[in-house]
Amino acid sequence: MQVKKTRYDQLIENLKPEEMIINMGPQHPSTHGVLRLELITDGEIVKEVIPHMGYLHRCFEKHCENLTYQQIIPFVDRMDYLSSMNNDHAYVMGVERMMGIDKIIPKRVEYIRVLVCELNRIASHLIAIGTYGIDIGAFTPFLWCFRDREHIMNMLEWASGSRMLYNYIWVGGLFYDLPVGFEERCTEFVSYFKPKLIELNLLLTDNQIFIGRTAGVGILPLDVAINYGCSGPMLRGSGLKWDLRRTDEYSAYPELEFDIPVGKGEMGKSGDCWDRYKVRADEVAESIRIIEQCLERLQKELKRGPEFDPRAKLPKKIIPKEQEFYIRAENPRGELGYYFITDGKTEIPKRVKARAPSFNNLSVLPEITRGVLIADLVAILGSVDIVLGEVDR
Amino acid sequence: MNFDEITKLLSEKFGSDVIIEVQKGGLQPALIINPNSIVPVCQELRDNTNTWFDFLSCLTGIDHGVESHKFSVVYHLASIPHKHQLVLKVIIDHDRKLDSLPSFISVSDVWKTAEWHEREAFDLLGIQFEGHPDLRRILLPDDWEGYPLRKDYIAAEEYKGIKIKE
Repeated sequence: MQVKKTRYDQLIENLKPEEMIINMGPQHPSTHGVLRLELITDGEIVKEVIPHMGYLHRCFEKHCENLTYQQIIPFVDRMDYLSSMNNDHAYVMGVERMMGIDKIIPKRVEYIRVLVCELNRIASHLIAIGTYGIDIGAFTPFLWCFRDREHIMNMLEWASGSRMLYNYIWVGGLFYDLPVGFEERCTEFVSYFKPKLIELNLLLTDNQIFIGRTAGVGILPLDVAINYGCSGPMLRGSGLKWDLRRTDEYSAYPELEFDIPVGKGEMGKSGDCWDRYKVRADEVAESIRIIEQCLERLQKELKRGPEFDPRAKLPKKIIPKEQEFYIRAENPRGELGYYFITDGKTEIPKRVKARAPSFNNLSVLPEITRGVLIADLVAILGSVDIVLGEVDR
Repeated sequence: MNFDEITKLLSEKFGSDVIIEVQKGGLQPALIINPNSIVPVCQELRDNTNTWFDFLSCLTGIDHGVESHKFSVVYHLASIPHKHQLVLKVIIDHDRKLDSLPSFISVSDVWKTAEWHEREAFDLLGIQFEGHPDLRRILLPDDWEGYPLRKDYIAAEEYKGIKIKE
């Protein structure tokens, strides 16, 4: 095998006398987990960022070689551990389409799925907003976000039995129906949370210090974002209306009304950190809208009845035909995709590859951090909102 | 543009030998492309305003199993303006010996997304990508031996003195 010099080797070899290599992470609090950034710096200026990951690699794809479709769901939960419901939903939809049972899923099941996914999306965005505040030096939003997130965690624990890793959405249905009184509790939460969201906006969105730290920093142009495969709030922050819930029209989303917030560059330039933050904050409000519509339908025309069984359509054996299939869905962080290869004979897939949104979103980091200050690097990394469980899988 | 029109467009532009096979059964049809012309094909699909595949969703390396001696790379393209998707595949034969890795041509100049995905395929499957600027391991440690997602991979007994097998 010929040994070719990689770009990394060249960077290290061609280090100038005034430049210095600094390691940031894997224990650095602003790297949101175990990401190591190798910085080539000249004083306070970051010349180059080289991300090193894999500290949380748990061999997801290798595990999938030996597990049945149903057994993979708990592993899927652990990929993006802040939005397990959304991971499950995408995975389950993929298997259902391969089985050809996606059209016979009861409406109530679809609405419950969307409801719990949107609750989880709010919880995930609250973490993103809260920890972003703390990266920049605002401590209060972090506490407020975690206080409100705890309500969601409690509700989802009530439904699924687990606080973070739910294993609630199953192929063909659900683990259980929602517990009695869940809809009422959720309605209560919505009316509690709406004023809190306004407070949160007052605290961060229009905060001059926050704007000073984020507006015009880490500008991600739209063409670069698309070329690097960024998706979710990263792509929308750069001004493109691209949301797979609308593009692919899966599950109950075509029947629900919601807008897709995009970054407009109100405070600085389009695609800066403030825009990405704002898209997330607006998405929380949109998720609340979706939840309200779901709750209304779940309490009226899709009311629980004694004959409703969330496990009624569960296939006895999950053996899809021999085929290859790529499913994509909108995770809080962007396009989550699963690529299945099945052999049509066993319950074990031949291959499952996960396309994680954070993995692609992180790959653009070296591009947008060239020549920024180290303090701004923290702000930019926070605005990417990575979950290392998903980057490393 | 639908799948047949894209097939026609490619065979008109690059000649009939560029598409080796059209896989139609299943939910998502795929085009198997000649390994040597994957870069011009991708470039054309990205830049042609009728196809406009500006977004590479996913790039996957695949080991076809111990008997078949085949490796492939699958490209899932998406177009943001036209909202359509396409699957491309490149398959090559390889004898599975570890002294020379199966070699594909990198598309990281067309979509930067491919850069990290190709590194991942190199890391886990031992697939070489010619023209890749920074082909290093990405998820596993730099000194890891072997390629875990290969079907004939046998997990090591220990790693740096740490026992990893019961």
